[in-house]
Amino acid sequence: MSDRVYRVLLGVVAGLFGAVLIAFVVAMANQGVPAFSKLGFSFLWSSNWDPTHNHFGILTFLVGTVETTAIAVVLAVPIGLGTALALAYLAPRRLRAPLSTAVELLAAVPSVVYGLWGLLVVAPFFRSTIEPGLSSVFGWTGLFGGANQGVGLLLAGVILFIMVLPTMVAISRDVLAAVPHDQVEGAMALGATRWQVLRRVVVPGGRVGVLGALTLATGRALGETVAVALVIGNSAHLATSLKSNAGTIPSLIVSTFGEASGTELNVLFAAALVLLVVGIGVNALARVFVRSVKRSGAESVAVA
Amino acid sequence: MTTLSFDSSLDPILSRRAEIQKIASASVKRRKVYSKIGIALCLLCLVVACVPLLAIIGYTVAKGLPAWNSAFFTQVTKPEGIPNGGLWNAIVGSLIIDAVAVAVTVPFGVLGGLFLAESDGPIASAVRYAADVLTGVPSITVGIFGYIIWVKTVGSYSGYAGAFAIGIIMVPVIMRAAETALRGVPTNLYEAGLALGARKATVARRVTLPVALPGLITGVLLAVARGAGETAPLIFTIFGNQFMQTNPSKPMEALPLAIYSYSSQPYNDLVQIAWGGALLLMMVILILNVGARLVSARLRRERR
Amino acid sequence: MSTPSDFTQTIGLTTQEVFVTQEPGSTKVMRLEDVTVTFRGRPAVRGVTFDAYEKEVTALIGPSGSGKTTLLRALNRMHDTERSARVTGRIMLGDTSVNDKSTDPTLLRSRVGMVFQRPNPFPTMSIYDNAVAGLRFNGVRKKSLLDEAAESSLVAAALWDSVRERLKVSASTLSGGEQQRLCIARALAVEPEVLLMDEPTSALDPIATKRIEELIGELKDRVTIIIVTHNMQQAMRVSDRCAFLLMAEDRSGELIEYAPTSKLFSEPDDPRTLDYVHGRFG
Repeated sequence: MSDRVYRVLLGVVAGLFGAVLIAFVVAMANQGVPAFSKLGFSFLWSSNWDPTHNHFGILTFLVGTVETTAIAVVLAVPIGLGTALALAYLAPRRLRAPLSTAVELLAAVPSVVYGLWGLLVVAPFFRSTIEPGLSSVFGWTGLFGGANQGVGLLLAGVILFIMVLPTMVAISRDVLAAVPHDQVEGAMALGATRWQVLRRVVVPGGRVGVLGALTLATGRALGETVAVALVIGNSAHLATSLKSNAGTIPSLIVSTFGEASGTELNVLFAAALVLLVVGIGVNALARVFVRSVKRSGAESVAVA
Repeated sequence: MTTLSFDSSLDPILSRRAEIQKIASASVKRRKVYSKIGIALCLLCLVVACVPLLAIIGYTVAKGLPAWNSAFFTQVTKPEGIPNGGLWNAIVGSLIIDAVAVAVTVPFGVLGGLFLAESDGPIASAVRYAADVLTGVPSITVGIFGYIIWVKTVGSYSGYAGAFAIGIIMVPVIMRAAETALRGVPTNLYEAGLALGARKATVARRVTLPVALPGLITGVLLAVARGAGETAPLIFTIFGNQFMQTNPSKPMEALPLAIYSYSSQPYNDLVQIAWGGALLLMMVILILNVGARLVSARLRRERR
Repeated sequence: MSTPSDFTQTIGLTTQEVFVTQEPGSTKVMRLEDVTVTFRGRPAVRGVTFDAYEKEVTALIGPSGSGKTTLLRALNRMHDTERSARVTGRIMLGDTSVNDKSTDPTLLRSRVGMVFQRPNPFPTMSIYDNAVAGLRFNGVRKKSLLDEAAESSLVAAALWDSVRERLKVSASTLSGGEQQRLCIARALAVEPEVLLMDEPTSALDPIATKRIEELIGELKDRVTIIIVTHNMQQAMRVSDRCAFLLMAEDRSGELIEYAPTSKLFSEPDDPRTLDYVHGRFG
């Protein structure tokens, strides 16, 4: 084909891609806006979700989304950072590549398998061992009231933590390993111990990238659907403790979409729109931080 | 011979030196202990990060393998309580949906990648940025988009709608991987082709694409692994089907969806089937991932 | 060497007013005896024997590949992180055996400082924090001591006047030459006995180079300096003694000649030294 046709073909493809993307945003907005015009913004901060009586408050689920994400991130940052340091500097050299691969493969496991495993293997373990244990040791904080059910907020947070860990580790590891060796040597030559070098030079040197990893991990946790839906217990009430059943926006949409109609359906679309906007925003923010990280295209796309 | 000279300017230095040495030797033991503890903690994090992968694979194999009998692979799912059900309809459904998605997204993604690799203007940057953002969008919103665009307009759930949703997830992955692979082709090869008088399309077809092939394959494998494992997009588009359905314009069953549906059922044989499905899905996706890594690693070795 | 107390009795002055020092050239601060550095069994530099004297600058010169930097880095145990490296022979810092297993490398490095080829200030730290980084690593927390050492070392590195108003500013705002002087200040703040310099001016422009060479002359009273340089003119300008190394046939470096600079460059004993200083090979 001639050059002209070729350029036009490529341009059409790019245009189509852009068109699909625009259609995405427009369609979501189109379906999501009616809820706001019907109900105003009040349904965003009402925790009364009772569609049969025309109450459509989704605050419970917004809070649940934030809570599960928070648990996941609070666990993922220290453990992910520690793992990244180990993989970049501390583990025996020959083991670094295989162990990095092992952690990254966690990202390849489909989320429904995480959900299944979480529900049928981890939840019973939580109910029998973890939750009673945590309640007895930390019960005084008031965070562990209620029955030991296994499923609930804590389990959802922990499963999410496992799911976002590879993202946190892979990006942090690259960023920390990229801290110029000059600086590491400079610190060593001043009499720093290995830990002092890591803590005072390496980690600060990689802090922007680590922040990006953290943001990306947050984005992934916010949007996760099936794994959370299977282990969170699906309740419409605000969680009173880490052991309570709860709900997130994705789990709400997934569990009620099939039978929803009318205003309820509008609200679900609106919730999805909110999720889309937040997801895009968090992702864009993360890319600002991670832009300086150099990775090969295929790998970085897989982790994202 | 020793001559004595009076040099008062050195005195504070020497006394500071003595004081610093005193502090340094007094603290060295403590600092080394802290270093050992810090390093141990990081290595512990690494261990913690590797445990979930082993646990998930281990349990899925242990619980899924017993489900792999001949019925599993040949029978469609039977209603609760009736034995000898299988996931054959889900397996076939997944194959069809993923095949349709691949058939559309691979050419589209490769052409899109060609577009991005050959241009550097503002339009290309916008498309590139859009592709990156799209990779991080919550998959549930992709499912809802698929519902709006395809199910609502066409009037029914269908395999095509599912392929569309999965395709949206796959396209950015392939596009970016293709761009990276194509940009990795040495420019002198491309220019030599043009200098010989070939048209751009011919050069692309006969020179750059073959050389970029390993990178392209990696990208496609990773995209398929990602798309095949997604559940949320399917929930809103294919609806599920107890029976064998090979016509993509009708509601179909797919493996991730079937696993999700049967995970929380109270019937043991359905749960058993869910585990079997989980094992199959997880294995396929892990193999695709490992395959992609192997291709990528071989590519890197050859480049050196 | 007399202790201050002996002397004050004789002279009748207090220790604050007077301190006994020795003339340059008489105390050996660092002694090397048959030092060999091997990587995976193959020697990179072998059989090196020389001494570094107090208040002097000793230069390690020679063409590239002669093992100068490898030898220098053995003096503060920088090869410790390289598993395949072995350092044999005696390296004595005063009474301490440097490469002995029982000697703690982190403590050693507070006595033997290093300045690198490319300036490497810590970019996430301010100028002040860079200057006192070594002190903090070694456990010093007392603010008065940190401030005192920071000022003293920045003055010694001829940087104090230009940075005293912006100590909290990031170190990356400094120019290349200033950054290198900050690195020198950082090394000096710990008050080491020896300062190792690995081609400290090769990444700098001629003006910055000149300023640092002047600095070296001023610093040698405070620390003994051992400098690696591939620039013969620089060695002539700054050093009191030179050790000339050359790569042998087996690709390991050996010490050809060690002499006061003036002698090495005008009437060396070894013909190979003569060839090198006349520029017959580089």
